[in-house]
Amino acid sequence: MALDAKIPQGEMDKKWNDYKGHVKLVNPANKRKIEVIVVGTGLAGASAAASLGEMGYKVKAFCFQDSPRRAHSIAAQGGINAAKNYQNDGDSVFRLFYDTVKGGDYRAREANVHRLAEVSTSIIDQCVAQGVPFAREYGGLLSNRSFGGTQVQRTFYAAGQTGQQLLLGAYSALERQVALGNVKMYARHEMLDIVKIEDKARGIIARDLISGKTERHFGHAVLLCTGGYGNVFYLSTNAMGSNVTAAWKAHKKGAFFGNPCFTQIHPTCIPVSGDHQSKLTLMSESLRNDGRIWVPKQKGDNRNPKDIPENERDYYLERRYPAFGNLVPRDVASRAAKERCDEGYGVGTTKMAVYLDYKDAIMRYGKIEAGKHGLNNADDKTIFDLGKKVVEEKYGNLFEMYAKITGENPYEIPMRIYPAVHYTMGGLWVDYELQTTVSGLYALGEANFSDHGANRLGASALMQGLADGYFVIPYTLGNYLADEIRTNSISTDHPAFLEAEKEVNNRLNLLLNINGKQTVESFHKRLGKIMWDKCGMARSESGLKEAIDQIQQLKKEFWSDVKIPGAIDEFNTELDKAGRVADFIELGELMCKDALNRNESCGGHFREESQTEEGEAKRDDDNYSYVAAWENKGDSNWELHKEALSFEIVKPSQRSYK
Amino acid sequence: MEHYHMNLTLKVWRQKNAKMKGNLETYKVKDISSEMSFLEMFDVLNEQLIIEGKEPIAFDHDCREGICGMCSMYINGQAHGPWQNNTTCQLHMRAFKDGDTIVVEPWRSSAFPVLKDLVVDRSSFDRIIQAGGYISVNTGNAVDANAMPIDKKDADNAFMAAACIGCGACVATCKNGSAMLFVGAKVSQLSLLPQGEPERESRVLNMVAQMDKEGFGNCTNTYACEAECPKGISIANIARLNSEFLIAGLSNEEN
Repeated sequence: MALDAKIPQGEMDKKWNDYKGHVKLVNPANKRKIEVIVVGTGLAGASAAASLGEMGYKVKAFCFQDSPRRAHSIAAQGGINAAKNYQNDGDSVFRLFYDTVKGGDYRAREANVHRLAEVSTSIIDQCVAQGVPFAREYGGLLSNRSFGGTQVQRTFYAAGQTGQQLLLGAYSALERQVALGNVKMYARHEMLDIVKIEDKARGIIARDLISGKTERHFGHAVLLCTGGYGNVFYLSTNAMGSNVTAAWKAHKKGAFFGNPCFTQIHPTCIPVSGDHQSKLTLMSESLRNDGRIWVPKQKGDNRNPKDIPENERDYYLERRYPAFGNLVPRDVASRAAKERCDEGYGVGTTKMAVYLDYKDAIMRYGKIEAGKHGLNNADDKTIFDLGKKVVEEKYGNLFEMYAKITGENPYEIPMRIYPAVHYTMGGLWVDYELQTTVSGLYALGEANFSDHGANRLGASALMQGLADGYFVIPYTLGNYLADEIRTNSISTDHPAFLEAEKEVNNRLNLLLNINGKQTVESFHKRLGKIMWDKCGMARSESGLKEAIDQIQQLKKEFWSDVKIPGAIDEFNTELDKAGRVADFIELGELMCKDALNRNESCGGHFREESQTEEGEAKRDDDNYSYVAAWENKGDSNWELHKEALSFEIVKPSQRSYK
Repeated sequence: MEHYHMNLTLKVWRQKNAKMKGNLETYKVKDISSEMSFLEMFDVLNEQLIIEGKEPIAFDHDCREGICGMCSMYINGQAHGPWQNNTTCQLHMRAFKDGDTIVVEPWRSSAFPVLKDLVVDRSSFDRIIQAGGYISVNTGNAVDANAMPIDKKDADNAFMAAACIGCGACVATCKNGSAMLFVGAKVSQLSLLPQGEPERESRVLNMVAQMDKEGFGNCTNTYACEAECPKGISIANIARLNSEFLIAGLSNEEN
């Protein structure tokens, strides 16, 4: 099967407008007869379900949480980019497009990224109209901040809770459609399979997580808005329930998986404290705007950081990358921290951490404040107290969170940080219309692979989720549904539905009847360790081959020795988790195979064999300028398809931050 | 920070499903690190129960960073446990000492029925939002975001009200099982902003009507909700709700 990305003809900045001008429409009377299933209610899912409901489609929305408002988009901290140029600092749609393609290390599809940059401005308008309380200046206009190494201020934010406020906006729009009867909401439901009839997605099998009963739901089209799969690493900044199951079921039913190995490992997270750890917590990237990152110059230095004098500290980012210093992109900062810790310079009890120090920033701000107050001879203590207040205003909630988790006061003692899995750029392969390789099956937001290439820039995930849901799918879905107006609702007693439901129940029974000795959690932890060690921040041919063997072994062990208590027809969180971990194990194998295939370093994917003499990532455009789209061919068997990437506008060059 | 380990006795509410009666069961956990979060301690206990061939304890949780609002335990008589401005997932074991006995119950309120063990049904909150917790603006209707300047003070206050995570601690902790803080926070957010003006009156009337219909109790100004709110939502929002309700009710009668 040849991949057709369906990129419209014409100049880059006219493609989307031309597409919208010629796309097929569905008339209002027909919309009322068409049913759409939306799985997941984060930014992409809630915005899509609400918008489609407003347009007149009959929508069914599903989430596994107890309310659509809990989806993990809620945890995003920093902000959302938009090319508004409100700061008059030279921003434009073109610059946002350019920065995103370059930031993605030239592995994203230009046409999709350009559209994303175009609709970014409408997102801010829409959210403000919904009552999203973005930060404002004293004049009453919206405030912006800089983010992730770009040269303009284009990030809109609501303190450190931007994701929460955007999600609550989309959630309120969704609940309004529920009240109007246009959307039917199924909370505490998990999608366990796609139903295909005559090669088109026609519905899903879902399981009511309270009663444990499976249900059959018909839809003329199915939208997967189910987020990323960072939890394949066990420890990540994702929510505990975040999983790959919906995307994986789609993959097994014919949807190709794009660039599965592209994982974002975020440099500033609170480090692991012990074996008990269940998840990791992100400290916003904005902290690198003011904080300085260092380790002791002496290996295994156990002194209190306050007792280590200036000349015995190694500010390694400033040393290695004088031009960008502490503000290098996420992938570069993460690898540099790993390098120092691997060499034995790490700090803290586990020695797998580096310091993020605010002392200089506090003193710097303190001196400015002292100057403002005319305190020319202020002592250090006064300056520190004044500076602390400024830092508190800017980053107070983050410092508080750090103190709660670690029990340490970050104003006095430098924070300990270490990289952690945060986001997956890979996902279901989609064309320009966000349709997967299965007709009628779409993927939106983090669940698709499309816009971030091999590395995502800060404040772009929220932008993409809402772009897909509010402004892309309402047009592109119509192009498909216009040809479906003659399709009557298909009875869920159709053999395809019954067969799919039977398979789902068989699998649940199979899992429950293994009756082994090891818990689901223990398997998940072991998978995570393999993935982190061999398919994490640095990957090598030998390591990946070992990982593939180990994962295949783990899979056998799982299916013969997992222990799941309880029954099927009841609220059984262990059974829910077992299904998800089983899918993660299969995904882990594919990720390693994808990483093995891509013998180049790009963005977050660092192959040890492909680096410069100074140890920097080396891309190989001649051989790897493509999207790897994997087709499932049965047990542990995949076929690679390639979508060649052509760069008409942004010419690839080696990224340098020195 | 000195770390230490502890042995604990847990008394946890067990209830098979919504129809069965529940009771407190006693469990022991050993060697719990002071660095663990409260829910990680529960993970340890659940692993222990599974190995022993028993059913693990069902509890709601997701983000584990204090923002999704899903975790919901009543710990030693306090919603989200002993720390102020904190959710259960952010409570850490250094709040306890070796030999402690900890009692863990679900939210208790007639509008939040228990589904299993520590898991309750909070869909009543969603239905209150459905009654009017939104601004009626379809996708594509919006004008430029800076077309309407908003007083920073109002925007900041709206943001502080919007920080509510919908966890239900306010209801669980209120002796009347009142949802006034939750409703007040949403009504305040939207009535402080000019975008919320057109539906200001119908919103508050419909949301309060739904709140009553769901079986939430009334407010008798004990301030317990504010004290236990993990996000520090101020009871000033309840005052604003009352005033909005009164104004809307009066002008509604005139019609």
